[in-house]
Amino acid sequence: MADLRINLAGIKSPNPFWLASAPPTNSGYQVQRAFEAGWGGAVWKTLGDPIINTTSRFAAATFNGKKVAGFNNIELITDRPLEVNLKEIYETKKRFPNHAIIASLMVEPQQEKWHEIVKRVEDVGVDGLELNFGCPHGMAERGMGAASGQVPELVEKQTYWVKEVAKTPVIVKLTPNITDITVTAEAAVQGGADAVSMINTINSLMGVDLDSWNTIPNVAGKGAHGGYCGPAVKPIALNMVGECARNPLINIPISGIGGISNWQDAAEFILMGATGVQVCTAAMHHGFSIVEDMIDGLNNYLDAKGIASVMDLVGKSVSKYSNWGDLDLNYKIVARINNDVCINCNKCHISCEDTSHQCIDMLVDANGKSYLKVREEDCVGCNLCSIVCPVDGAIDMVEIKQALPSMSWNERQSRIASFMT
Amino acid sequence: MSAIKGGRISSNLIENFEEIHKGLTRSEAIEEANRCLYCYDAPCIKACPTSIQIPKFIKKIASGNLKGSAKTILEANPVGASCARVCPTEELCEGACVLNQDTKPISIGHLQRYATDWAIKQKEPLFKAGERNGKTVAIIGSGPAGLSAARELSLLGYEVTIFEAQEEAGGLNHYGIVSFRLPKEVVQWEVEQVKQLGVEIKTNTTVGVDIKAEEIIDHFDRIILAIGMGKVPNLGIEGETLKGVCDAIEFVKQTKIKDPTDELVGKTVAVIGAGNTAIDAATTAVRLGAANVKILYRRTKNEMSAYQFEYDFAKQDGVEFRWLTAPLKIIGNEQYEVTGLECVKMALDEAGRPVPIKGSETTIDLDVVIKAIGQTKHSELIEAFSLNHTKGVVDVDAETYQTSQENIYACGDCVFGNGQTEAMVVSAAEQGKEVAKAIHRTFMLQSEIA
Repeated sequence: MADLRINLAGIKSPNPFWLASAPPTNSGYQVQRAFEAGWGGAVWKTLGDPIINTTSRFAAATFNGKKVAGFNNIELITDRPLEVNLKEIYETKKRFPNHAIIASLMVEPQQEKWHEIVKRVEDVGVDGLELNFGCPHGMAERGMGAASGQVPELVEKQTYWVKEVAKTPVIVKLTPNITDITVTAEAAVQGGADAVSMINTINSLMGVDLDSWNTIPNVAGKGAHGGYCGPAVKPIALNMVGECARNPLINIPISGIGGISNWQDAAEFILMGATGVQVCTAAMHHGFSIVEDMIDGLNNYLDAKGIASVMDLVGKSVSKYSNWGDLDLNYKIVARINNDVCINCNKCHISCEDTSHQCIDMLVDANGKSYLKVREEDCVGCNLCSIVCPVDGAIDMVEIKQALPSMSWNERQSRIASFMT
Repeated sequence: MSAIKGGRISSNLIENFEEIHKGLTRSEAIEEANRCLYCYDAPCIKACPTSIQIPKFIKKIASGNLKGSAKTILEANPVGASCARVCPTEELCEGACVLNQDTKPISIGHLQRYATDWAIKQKEPLFKAGERNGKTVAIIGSGPAGLSAARELSLLGYEVTIFEAQEEAGGLNHYGIVSFRLPKEVVQWEVEQVKQLGVEIKTNTTVGVDIKAEEIIDHFDRIILAIGMGKVPNLGIEGETLKGVCDAIEFVKQTKIKDPTDELVGKTVAVIGAGNTAIDAATTAVRLGAANVKILYRRTKNEMSAYQFEYDFAKQDGVEFRWLTAPLKIIGNEQYEVTGLECVKMALDEAGRPVPIKGSETTIDLDVVIKAIGQTKHSELIEAFSLNHTKGVVDVDAETYQTSQENIYACGDCVFGNGQTEAMVVSAAEQGKEVAKAIHRTFMLQSEIA
């Protein structure tokens, strides 16, 4: 049994699986049910001045019949009075002292507003704070959330104000609706943040109804952009985590968020530098019980790898994430089709023929049996055939050892430059 | 269709003849459609005698384009709604599905039915007749081959008249396939699709009786014989004229033209033969309330011509199989009613021929004997058109289906046999298409049509 406990910038939890600040953490009732189900922590739905929500709030992308490939919402921060939330946080913390409760906060960018709310939530015993600089809809129109999270100076300044009074660790939650997330992450570091979390949701319009021509979702015939999350955003989030993790100026822990649906996704985020993860869409899709397999699967994975603690997994892939200019231009892989496994759907052929490098031939053997073969000399090793192949093990991408030593673009350019001088 | 299950027999006989498979729900159809790999150069298309663009129609189901899906099917196969129900799919498209090697094949038949059922409900015609080219074609017979040829020819601009001896058009699909497999409403819809293209169908018109062959030859530019096959031949044993002896084709036909009666309730029935018609007759007898139904066959299971899924279906319906058993004599009582069947056990000789075992004669008590040992040919009608034939099978060119008479073509079951392709509805449909193309080519060659 591996040790799944984490310590993220001083916030301890029994496992790395936290519920993200979102509808699942709206109330004490929900958070307590989540802890009973096994979640290690919860970031309470963002506290601030109560708002009014619209009805019709969520929408989801269905892909090839699979529900909730992506998820979109236009719900705002908590619509319950601060006192009620504080009372429930206190009660929940008392019942679950070993679980992490983090208060997500959002107020107008004024020093005294931040000071006031930090003091009030710390008084009820939260384990940490998460500053919501990410919410992209509604609140951003009022100068909060992503609106302030897109301005590095505001990120730094507000983080600083919070740190002036905070006694618990401060996590800054970043918006992905920005060209380079490392800039705002650095600003958070400059402001004194103890950790960053990412990503918040991505600006999105889920769809248009083809009969009514209304947006999806719509509120009385009108729509506004929402925030996109769920499985479809995972690669975007994972990149942002990786970019921050490998940036030496961002030397604080990362709480990974974005499309994490199972233990494998979580392990990938952890390998790419996240100390723990936050989950929302998967819980909204299936309920709190999904954490059981997240814990079980991660534990079995660590045991199988002989890793004693999940903390030992943190960041193990970061050094493997680099710039394109550092990739070896002399490395070569080619596709090889295992004809005994291949079912002859010809998807590799047509994808290569139409959209890649025309190197998979459809042939017929002496017995009249159809088979596919890669002309390895023409294969660029793009992986497309193995990606579209529906059968495990039918196409291997195999390394072809090259006579030339490794050389990256950057090395090549610097060698060329050295000859020029 | 392959995946139907038998065995749910109700005491309400009408219910027993309702279509067994209820069709996929929308969710089932979308889930299954999304499972399709959308193979390139897909083997399912090659395995379909009518070459339906199967991955294409399936992806259209997944994308919600049901009109396009139905059109893709019916373009290739004018009786695609019937074929969705009666095709031996595991021998054809589903048998060729690449997923057989990995998981399980796509339920192509069910998906085809889902799309065509949508088209039936829409009531909107999917095809328009081509501009009239002034040429006329007479088609004898409105079964799948005749309908298919008529549809193709009217799309090409021909004026088509079908002569149909029965009261309703549809041929074998209408009268010969049991309702619980293929409800007649589906066939009627397919007939309507052909009619709305301007094809005239003269029902209750027997060629040779109501209209002479010469008249048709004189009045039409081209003629297509799609006359199918006839009754079940006699067994050639004593007692065939007793009350309670019937022909499997006629027996099934009765269930298609009127509500089931309780004549067979509690009766003991023997079906002679082990082809697909025998299975239809046996399961129909079960569904009419017969207490016991046996199929007697003079060879073994290995030689039966019924498909495996037909056999499984009959077993689920509780039909008993007596292999290596041949009838010798039907026994009757004084009221001239069947009371039993004298049989003899057979053995297969070295050449695989069934040979009676002396002294193995037994008598089975029963009330009804149904003959299902193949079908006779319409030799007289074939000869009325002065066509060459081989034992009642019209001689045709393998590619063009042209007969010994230049302007007369033949397709469907009347050209089946003597080593031709398997007698399936889908093959008949394809032959109808081929004949239409061949006829069109002859006019194109003569440049009679601009």
